[in-house]
Amino acid sequence: MPGTADRPRHGAPQGLEGTLIMLEALQYEFMRNALMAGLLASVACGIVGVYVVVKKVVFISGGIAHAAFGGVGLGYFLGINPITGALFFSLASGLTIGVITSRTRIAADTAIGVLWAIGMALGVLFIYLTPGYAPDLMSYLFGSILTVPFSDILLMLALVLVIIAITVAFYKEYLILCFDEEYGTAVGMPVEKLYFLLLAMIALTVVVLIQVVGMILVIALLTFPAAMARQFTHDMKKMMLLAVLFGFLFTLGGLWLSYVLGLPSGATIVLFGGTVLAASLGLPRVRERYRQSGKAA
Amino acid sequence: MNDPAIVELKDVRVSYGEVPALENVSLTVYEHDFLGIIGPNGGGKSTLLKVILGLVRPHHGSVSVFGRPPGQVRSRVGYVSQRSFFDRDFPASVWDVVLMGRYSSAGIMRRYGHQDRHQAEKALAMVGMLEHRNKQIGSLSGGEQQRVFLARALVAGPGLLLLDEPTASIDSTMQTEFFELLEELKYSLTIVMVSHDIGAVSVYVDKIACLNRQMYYHGSREITPEILEATYKCPVQLIAHGTVPHRVLKEH
Repeated sequence: MPGTADRPRHGAPQGLEGTLIMLEALQYEFMRNALMAGLLASVACGIVGVYVVVKKVVFISGGIAHAAFGGVGLGYFLGINPITGALFFSLASGLTIGVITSRTRIAADTAIGVLWAIGMALGVLFIYLTPGYAPDLMSYLFGSILTVPFSDILLMLALVLVIIAITVAFYKEYLILCFDEEYGTAVGMPVEKLYFLLLAMIALTVVVLIQVVGMILVIALLTFPAAMARQFTHDMKKMMLLAVLFGFLFTLGGLWLSYVLGLPSGATIVLFGGTVLAASLGLPRVRERYRQSGKAA
Repeated sequence: MNDPAIVELKDVRVSYGEVPALENVSLTVYEHDFLGIIGPNGGGKSTLLKVILGLVRPHHGSVSVFGRPPGQVRSRVGYVSQRSFFDRDFPASVWDVVLMGRYSSAGIMRRYGHQDRHQAEKALAMVGMLEHRNKQIGSLSGGEQQRVFLARALVAGPGLLLLDEPTASIDSTMQTEFFELLEELKYSLTIVMVSHDIGAVSVYVDKIACLNRQMYYHGSREITPEILEATYKCPVQLIAHGTVPHRVLKEH
């Protein structure tokens, strides 16, 4: 059976020896990985989420996330790490959406719909064609932060570093791109290339977030922290820092709740974040006070 | 004319697919001109500006800006578009927006430096918006926003300023203030302004060009109703004469 040998979740450092290690130590290791995964996911979603929200490409991101399921399926089929397959598929679908929206007359939301559906259908087919049982399928769909193997944490770290590097290098360019694309073209900025690079960053973020909330719920971590942060500042840098903070808060809070209540972690993280966001939007007084103190500072 | 030519267009033809936007348009803008381009909607006014900016390549004819192909001189050309459609909640301050105008001076991947900030301060002071530098751009009124966008166009220290319907979305008091600001600037700059507001154009500019796919008139600002009728292809009533605003009765 392809797939069995490389089942990613069982490739965690403990492997067979894991059973021999004391339960407490095992939990500690899992917890440490979960915290690291949560932190890396927060950094990715904090930075890229701000771009996604202010550039209004939330549904392009949703499309990329769902199309990545095709890559997960391909991973199972080929017997490689499904996350690698997802990385390949999300990058490819991001760039395809970019090319379609900027070089053809096909509307963006049509392109999103097509790629979204084709990606998921391919995933279903690949998994059907893979002999035997697809382990941990649910964790890719709905997230499973407690079982992220260390090898995947390293991959997440690498992707987050790439995202940070791009953002630092092109901060000024992306501020123009998000604010007024036409002006960017007028001053001779390579608008199209930067837009493609942004889609690639979104694709990388999707891969980082799959581990935490699953591809179906990726859109939540891309939007909630940024939407939350937007209420407190009108400086994009500060908005990113705050979004990272809120992302971590949502992840930790949701994780703790899921542990206490015995609920699935991904969905609990999303619902916790959603509740906090809704409450904050419903308390304009608090919001206004924070804005005033932000201006005074 | 001793002033050197800043912009020179010769027999420029542009079409979008089958639809011609500009046909055999020739235009010369000299240094310190304040030229107003008027004409009906869809008459190719914005396209003409895009040709000068180097964003649209003519299918025929030649374009030179500061004696060079457009696109090579972007840092010497300032551009203010019709009110840009950004989100009012967008996380950028007035200061952030003005600094965007230093993009071509700073270059890709470079941070804005001391010189960039100094120029941004000067430009904001020039349009009277320096005290609002830390405000969120979306919190300003339409007229204030256009002043900031004007500062953004001025911050690179351009020799040529291109304005595309700069007052289309602001109220009339603000419009007057904006045009008075331009009047001060015209002594140090060459300005080309596109507008369908014949009244405003005839009051503030020095030269007028009438454009409706072809150039109907190009010269001093004293234009006759006949020229306007030929441009707009419909009757245009002069409410008064001289420098008092005219009104287009029907656009077609």
